[in-house]
Amino acid sequence: MSDFNNNFWNIWVIVITLGGILFCTLLLWTQSRARNTKGEVTGHLWDENLEEYNNPMPNWWRWLFYLTIVFALGYLALYPGLGTFAGNKGWTSVGQYEQERAAAEAQFKQAYGGLLSQNIELVANDPKAHEVGERMFLTYCAQCHGSDAKGAKGFPNLTDNDWLWGGAPDQIKETITKGRTAAMPSFAHLGPQKIKDVAYYVRSLSGVVNANTPEADRGKEVFNTAGCTACHGPQGKGNIGLAPNLTDKTWLYGGRDATLIETITKGRNNSMPAFGEFLGEDKVHLLAAYVYSLSQGNRAEAGK
Amino acid sequence: MISHEKIEKNVGLLIILSILTVSFGGLVEIVPLFFQKSTTTPANELVKPYDPLRLAGRDIYIREGCYNCHSQMIRPFRAETERYGHYSVAGEFVYDHPFQWGSKRTGPDLARVGGRYSDLWHREHLLNPRNVVPESNMPAYYWLDRPLDDPHIKGKMEALRKVGVPYTDEEIAGAFDAIKGKTELEALIAYLQGMGTAIKQTR
Repeated sequence: MSDFNNNFWNIWVIVITLGGILFCTLLLWTQSRARNTKGEVTGHLWDENLEEYNNPMPNWWRWLFYLTIVFALGYLALYPGLGTFAGNKGWTSVGQYEQERAAAEAQFKQAYGGLLSQNIELVANDPKAHEVGERMFLTYCAQCHGSDAKGAKGFPNLTDNDWLWGGAPDQIKETITKGRTAAMPSFAHLGPQKIKDVAYYVRSLSGVVNANTPEADRGKEVFNTAGCTACHGPQGKGNIGLAPNLTDKTWLYGGRDATLIETITKGRNNSMPAFGEFLGEDKVHLLAAYVYSLSQGNRAEAGK
Repeated sequence: MISHEKIEKNVGLLIILSILTVSFGGLVEIVPLFFQKSTTTPANELVKPYDPLRLAGRDIYIREGCYNCHSQMIRPFRAETERYGHYSVAGEFVYDHPFQWGSKRTGPDLARVGGRYSDLWHREHLLNPRNVVPESNMPAYYWLDRPLDDPHIKGKMEALRKVGVPYTDEEIAGAFDAIKGKTELEALIAYLQGMGTAIKQTR
């Protein structure tokens, strides 16, 4: 884009470019008048006896240079190069990019258009959709959820049937489109002893430790009074879209004693970025179907 | 006409003519860029000068040599915009002195990394990339979780103002407060999270 502040720079570019070409032409022309000088040397002497005849460059070579000048003038007539002159072809790099994109878009619609109007359960069973979904997942999602979609500490596993924000097709689609922000507040004000007790109680909910101990009783008391139930529910079974289930042995940040104490003391904050604007509705649809399909195998197996 | 011999045997003349010859490209292709609207004015109202924390983070980016492996320039090719988002435009970089476009991509381009990952992801990833991306070959920057010590932040902002970044006096006066108590990691993440967010991440 040549949006110069003033026309001086437009003229500047044109004059130097054309002037340079003119200079090369004149230089070549003066060289064409030079003649071979039989036997005369330049006076340079290398490696004891290596000398150089004082001859002009060969004609075939000179003509190659003339050809570059013809090419340059043709190029400048067709493509942008002379200041704000856009060239006869009207080519721009952005224009070429838009063309490339439109062609790919058409190809995409042709290949996957039929899937876009189907509901996600159906798309999830389509092998073609699975293939393109997997590629997209590896490009956009694997950095956090892992190339096997099994997640990492703080980043959910997508292959199990434990969902923080809901595993129904529309919920998955919404999560990808709009993103999610999760926050567990810090409970440092409870003090180390109460935090230790409540961590013990939380572990006892999923049967990791014995629930019939004084420690668990004390922890339960804290759990019910300190505000944990507001999000995790009275039984600690959690709420979709609000707080994880604490009774299922699936841990986002880890279920070890020290990790739980850290979680309760410091709180946890994380978010899933929104991809709706970046990927567009169509690709989110295919991606949601792929993510949905990841846990379906498990469900079938669990039903056996 | 100047003969070969005269030029070749007169070093001063040789130097002057050489500089003159090689300068034409720059005079036509570089100098006019300083006098173009698209290269000297912000791309839109969302392109803002770096606040002190992001500025400090940017200096950590430079100190740790992130530019050796990461570029910050998405070219207008579909293969790039599909992965990274809208191609970069000159007006996004008007407050970058110097810009960090880079030319080598051992790692991915970062021009639109802002908002693409959560703060927690950046934290885990910078301290040890293998925690979140097992295949990664990026070095671990485990030392970054330490207090940010930038005694020159005001001076940097004043220097940037001299080359055209419109910092206000209040912004410069509040620079120390803005970075007080922060870690290097937080500064770097703040810088990364702001990157390329001025242009919507549509394809």
